[in-house]
Amino acid sequence: MSIRKIAATIGAVIVLGVLLMAVFAPLIVPHDPFAQDLNLRLVPPSFMEGGRSDHFLGTDQLGRDYFSRLIYGSRISMLIGLATVITSGLIGITLGMLGGFIGGRADMVVMFIITCRLSIPLILVALAVVSLVGSSLTVVVMTLGLLLWERFAVVTRTTVMQVRTLDYVAAAWAAGCSRSHILLREVLPNIVHHLVVVATLEMAIAILLEAALSFLGLGVPPPLPSWGLMISEAKDYMFFSPWVIMVPGVSLFVLVLGINFLGDGLRDMLGATRDA
Amino acid sequence: MSALLEVNGLRVRFNEKAEAVRGVSIAVNKGETHCLVGESGCGKSVSALAVMGLLAKGGIRTADTLSFAGQDLRGLTESQMSRLRGDKMAMIFQEPMTSLNPAYTIGSQMAEVRLRHRGGSKREALDRAAALLGRVGITAPGLRLGQFPHQLSGGLRQRVMIAMALMCDPDLLIADEPTTALDVTVQAQILRLLMELQAELGLAILLITHDLGIVARMAHRVSVMYAGKVVESASAEALFAAPTHPYTRGLLDCVPIPGKIARGAQLGSIPGTVPRIPLGFQGCGFRDRCAHADASCATGVPAQSRAPGHDYACRLPAGWTTEQAA
Repeated sequence: MSIRKIAATIGAVIVLGVLLMAVFAPLIVPHDPFAQDLNLRLVPPSFMEGGRSDHFLGTDQLGRDYFSRLIYGSRISMLIGLATVITSGLIGITLGMLGGFIGGRADMVVMFIITCRLSIPLILVALAVVSLVGSSLTVVVMTLGLLLWERFAVVTRTTVMQVRTLDYVAAAWAAGCSRSHILLREVLPNIVHHLVVVATLEMAIAILLEAALSFLGLGVPPPLPSWGLMISEAKDYMFFSPWVIMVPGVSLFVLVLGINFLGDGLRDMLGATRDA
Repeated sequence: MSALLEVNGLRVRFNEKAEAVRGVSIAVNKGETHCLVGESGCGKSVSALAVMGLLAKGGIRTADTLSFAGQDLRGLTESQMSRLRGDKMAMIFQEPMTSLNPAYTIGSQMAEVRLRHRGGSKREALDRAAALLGRVGITAPGLRLGQFPHQLSGGLRQRVMIAMALMCDPDLLIADEPTTALDVTVQAQILRLLMELQAELGLAILLITHDLGIVARMAHRVSVMYAGKVVESASAEALFAAPTHPYTRGLLDCVPIPGKIARGAQLGSIPGTVPRIPLGFQGCGFRDRCAHADASCATGVPAQSRAPGHDYACRLPAGWTTEQAA
C-alpha cells in the first residue's frame, strides 16, 4: 500500500470516527457536558498526575467534564462543516455551471460576482454580521455558507468549460438531449471528482473559521461546547493547566488533517477510473 | 420521389466576419451513401452540424431548402429539433475514444437514447441495446452493457456508437469521419458494417471524410467541397472516371496507388491551404491555389454540367487537359 493510500485510509478513519462520535454523542458521553461541579475545577486528565479516573480528559474551569464537552463539540464542528459545504456548494456549483456552460454574457456576470466575492474580507464581514444580528449556530452557518462558495464556483466553471466541448457532450446533443439533461446528467457526473476535493477543502476551512470566530467570541454562543470556544475559554488557564487548550486544539488539528487526507484520497480514487 | 434529406443553398457564417459554408446543396436518398469530401477546414463538418441544428454558439444558418423526410427543418423550434435528433437522424463522430460519457455504463447510455425518444421500460431498452450490440458484431453483448467506456478498445467503442445511433431506427445517419481515428483493419471492418447495415435497414448515410479510399469503397454519390462550396458533385463512378474540377483532380493526384506510382516518384500535392473566406467574397475560392486560374476567376464561377448528375463549378470546359488549360 502506498503512502497516499495509507494517508487516505487514516483520513477516512478519522472523519468517520468523528462523525460517529457526533451522531451518537448523547449515548457515549460519560457525563452531562453542561453540568458544572465547582468543587472539581481544572482536574487534569486521568493519565496525568492528580487526575481522576471518572474524568478521562479532566474538567474545565467550571468543573464540566472535558471529554463529554469534546464529544459534544464534534457535533458543532461537523454540523458547521457539512452545512457550510452544502450551502456554499449549492451556490457555487450553480453559478459555476451557469457561467461555464452558457458562457458569453452569463459568464461575464458570474465572473463579476466571483470577483466581488473575492474582494470581500471574509472575517470582517462575518464579524459585522454577527455583531448586527447576534451570534447563533444558524447565523454562523449562513454567514460561512454565503461567503465560502467562490472556490466551488471557480472550479465548477473551469471544469464545465473543459467538459462541455468534449465529444460525448456533442454526441448527447446529437442524440436529442435537452440542455438541462446535458448539464445534470452528462457534465455534472464528470466534474464531480473535482468538486469532492473542493468540498473537503471547504469543510476543513469552515471548521477552522468557526473555531476562529468562536475564539473571537463571535461564533456559537456559550454554553454550547464548540472546540473553538473551548480553546477561547481555556486561554486564561493555559499556563497552569495546559491540557485545557491542548485537548481541543489537537482535536481540531487531527480532524482537519483527516478531512484533507480523505479529500486527496477521494480525488485519486475517483480520478483513476476516469483517466483510463 | 424527393430525397430524404434535401439541402439547397445552405450558408453558415460565424461572427459576421467569416463564412464557413457558402451555398451548399446536397441531396441524400434513402438507401444511398452520399460522401462529402474535402480537406480540413473546408466546411464539411459545419455543413453536417448545420443540418442537425447543432452549430456552435454564434453560428448563423440560412438555407433555401432544408427538408428532411418532407419536413422543413428551418421552422422547427429547438425542442422539435431535439425530438428528431437521435431519433430519425442520428450522428456518429470521429473520436470514439471520447464520444462516450465516461461516467456511465454502455448499457445505460444506449438505453437512455431509446427511453428518451420512444419511452417503454428500461428492460426493453436494454434488450434492444444488447440485440444491436450483437448486430454490430460485438461478442458477449450482455457483458459489454455493464462495462464502462474505458474498458473498451477504440474499434469496439465505434461499434457501440453505431449501435447507439441505431437505437431508434433512424432514417438518416450522419457519420463525421467515423474511421479516421481507427487503424486500417478496424477501419475496413467498420466500413463493411456500415454497408451491411445500410443494405439491411435502408439507411441513408451522409459520410464525411477526407479519405478518397473510403469514398471509392462506400459512396454512391460524392460532393467535393472546397472553402465552403461544393465544387463538384457526381456519382462515385463518374467522379473517379472523369474528375473535372481542378481541385478534385488535385485531390486524386495526392493519393498514392500501390503498383502504379514508382518508389521515389513525386506525389501530387496542392500548394497552400484552405483560405479563410470573408463575408461577401467574390469568385472562385480555389483560384489562389489553382494552376489554371485567370482573371475571370476573381469575378465569378460558372456552374457547368459535364453529364446529367455530374456538375462542377469552374470556368474550364468539361474535357480540359493540363496542356489546353495552360
